[in-house]
Amino acid sequence: MRRFIDRASRYVVLLAASISFLILFAIAFFIIARGLPAIQEIGLVEFVTGTVWRPGQGQYGILPMIVGSVAATFGSLILAIPMGLGCAILLAEIAGRRARRFLRPVVELLVGIPSVVYGLVGMVLLVPLVRNLGGNGYSVLAASIVLMAMILPTITSISEDAIRAVPRAYREASLAMGATQWQTIRHVLLPAARSGIGASIVLGMGRAVGETMAMIMVIGNSIKFPTSPLDSARTLTGNIALEINYASGLHEDALFATGIILLVFIIILNTISFFALRRSRAQNIA
Amino acid sequence: MRKVFAKWSTGILSLVALAIALTGCGGALSGTITESGSTTVQPLAEKLAAAFTEENPDVEIIVQGGGSGQGFKDAVDGISDIGALSRELKTEEAGQVVKHVIARDGIAIVVHPSTTVSNLTKEQVRDIFAGNITNWNEVGGPNQEIVVISREEGSGTRGAFEEMVMEGDLITTEALFYNSNGALKTAVAGAPYSIGFLSFGYLDSSVKALSINGTPATVENAKSGVYPIVRPLLFVTKSEPEGLVKEFIDFCLSEEGQAIVEEEGYLSVT
Repeated sequence: MRRFIDRASRYVVLLAASISFLILFAIAFFIIARGLPAIQEIGLVEFVTGTVWRPGQGQYGILPMIVGSVAATFGSLILAIPMGLGCAILLAEIAGRRARRFLRPVVELLVGIPSVVYGLVGMVLLVPLVRNLGGNGYSVLAASIVLMAMILPTITSISEDAIRAVPRAYREASLAMGATQWQTIRHVLLPAARSGIGASIVLGMGRAVGETMAMIMVIGNSIKFPTSPLDSARTLTGNIALEINYASGLHEDALFATGIILLVFIIILNTISFFALRRSRAQNIA
Repeated sequence: MRKVFAKWSTGILSLVALAIALTGCGGALSGTITESGSTTVQPLAEKLAAAFTEENPDVEIIVQGGGSGQGFKDAVDGISDIGALSRELKTEEAGQVVKHVIARDGIAIVVHPSTTVSNLTKEQVRDIFAGNITNWNEVGGPNQEIVVISREEGSGTRGAFEEMVMEGDLITTEALFYNSNGALKTAVAGAPYSIGFLSFGYLDSSVKALSINGTPATVENAKSGVYPIVRPLLFVTKSEPEGLVKEFIDFCLSEEGQAIVEEEGYLSVT
């Protein structure tokens, strides 16, 4: 009986793993099956490098959306990395037990807030503030700030774990050699936790690229190249969500094709981060 | 238990009796109608269908969305008995179906409530949405950049706006885009110096509706034909309607049907 349960449990977890693989495969298959004909009809180069998106006129260029997605994502990372790392260092090294017991759940609670709520708060609170800086407020900057809040908990909690996982001996050795607490954090703990911190950034980036609802509400959705952080733009995900309701024919297929580009986009991002991580790890060992 | 059974059996018996009585009198309608298309028309069509089936319990009306383009296609292909459109038929579509105007809907040009401009000509509206006029001072307002807010590509409201106002000019890609009447209204209400377009049914005090060519955007003006931006809400059928479909369309155009149209915030056609 025990052996039976042992064997059966193996198949159960195997089943779970294959179902998640199947889901991924099914999504990729359907997006490609619907989107590929559109890419063939429009032409890959025209589709990816075209600067005009006017489905009504038969113009399907998504370069402005690619730029919009990249701009909002990198904007959010520029804001979220220092803040997330700061939070992580505070929680792992500086805060006392009681402060940590209060702060950690607060940061983690940010994950549970639905993205439409982020969008709503961004729309009524943040956009008018950004408007004071110039432009109409619906902007890459507003989007980056909203995304920053959304990916902050990911970066914070994974980085905190990574810093915490650095062996105690490292800290003690550094402090024993006369290094201050800041020097220890800066020169010993952060380098040692580098791969975990890198992973937290990759995960945050993934969430930022995929975020849709909150982006639609604060970025303005103009189909143009943002020339400053105060400019409006449109993201790849936003393009799909905005137009899928009434799209038909080639327009609808072109939105699926946008999904393919998004998929490729995320694969490229993950690959870059994967190699960057591996190199940093190799350096770490050397 | 026995009581419940008794209740059930009387219920079933009376239903059977009713069914016999209904088929016996010969005038009762039965069957299924399918309708699909414009999501603007959809809530109205659902209300009309509910009222019609309440009077004719043996009739089932299936109402689906899909957009105006889809509604036209479904009617032509015979997938739906009735296609719904929230815009006028295009020239190339006109010969292929029989159209029935069941209601009209005005499209208001709305601005942020703080805007001092309260009247524009149709040509000025076109130039603003095309990106040729970009500052309020060009149309008698303050020296502020105009924030153009539009619906997304494919929207029926946008289609109607383009047809009646843009007349071939394209809406600027500098515009902000939102994908429902509600979201667009919120965006206009939240952005000073903004301008957008909205179905009459969605107007409230959070935005200011402009007069067009000197005519205020009111239901009366839209009905009398003075207000220039009014679109028809259409039912289209592949051929001249008969039988059940005809009964339903006649019901929509009856006094009772048109009362529902007005209740839903649209303009009656009779």
